[in-house]
Amino acid sequence: MTEIGLGHYLTLGAVIFSIGIIGIFLNRKNIIVILMSIELILLAVNINLVAFSIYLGDLAGQVFTLFILTVAAAEAAIGLAIIVVYFRNSGTIRVEEIDKLKG
Amino acid sequence: MIAHAIFFYTFSIIAIVSAIMVTASKNTVHSVFFLILDFISISCLFIMIGAEFLGMIMLIVYVGAVAVLFLFVVMMLNVAQQKNQWFAGQATSKHIPVGLIISTLIFFEIIIVIGGWKYKPEIFDINNSLANTSVSNTHSLGQVLYTDYIHVFQISGMILLVAMVGAIVLTFRQRSGVKKQSYIKQISRERAEGVEVLEVQSNKGVKIDD
Repeated sequence: MTEIGLGHYLTLGAVIFSIGIIGIFLNRKNIIVILMSIELILLAVNINLVAFSIYLGDLAGQVFTLFILTVAAAEAAIGLAIIVVYFRNSGTIRVEEIDKLKG
Repeated sequence: MIAHAIFFYTFSIIAIVSAIMVTASKNTVHSVFFLILDFISISCLFIMIGAEFLGMIMLIVYVGAVAVLFLFVVMMLNVAQQKNQWFAGQATSKHIPVGLIISTLIFFEIIIVIGGWKYKPEIFDINNSLANTSVSNTHSLGQVLYTDYIHVFQISGMILLVAMVGAIVLTFRQRSGVKKQSYIKQISRERAEGVEVLEVQSNKGVKIDD
């Protein structure tokens, strides 16, 4: 219990990943919270990569965490820009009212 | 080792609770604040296990840029009126069981994978060749980032450029009816269209504009 190993970090990553999935499914409030859940999922992936990288002694995991960070920042910027444009055009970002595609 | 355990449990409990609060909070601004708390505690964990550079980069990029961007957009869009309507619509209730089932399934799948890792650790061989412990984490990361991964590094720079251009193009708006100074028009004025020299005859005067 007091010996913190790789499994502890992976479990933490799994918990945060699942919370992100729950957030995407359960949230009917607005799209911004869904984007935040996606950020949580990417964070969980980063935890896994860094934990493996440290415990296996291979630096590739940390390098790829850096690239995931880059892609996450780009995705957040583009997603928020799309949300701003959508709000400007339709006046709402509630998930239930975004049904133009009739999905 | 007991200190490691205490710090790990403290930071991970804070991270999990704030991750739950991100999805469950009624106010979107509070969600962003809990997201910031989550990023900070995870970066503390990163610093604790020896990935200092990534912990600091997480602080700078996520807390300094991404979370502030989220906060800015939440406060710019008028979502305050929607904050009391959580779980209100009919479309909500049919998504709840599906979401819970899928997320618990994913959680147990990952737990099974971790258990397999824990009880059969010889599946993958552990090599400590790349980790150079004589230099710092940032130094060793820089040594591989600019040599082995230089192409991926440059491609990630291109991704950031494309994201920047895309965000600007998406949110750029040309407003009509706003008087603006046109430098091109000002500079390209010739003398012929600005000044006219006339012979003024006495007692006749000059007619201006036709």
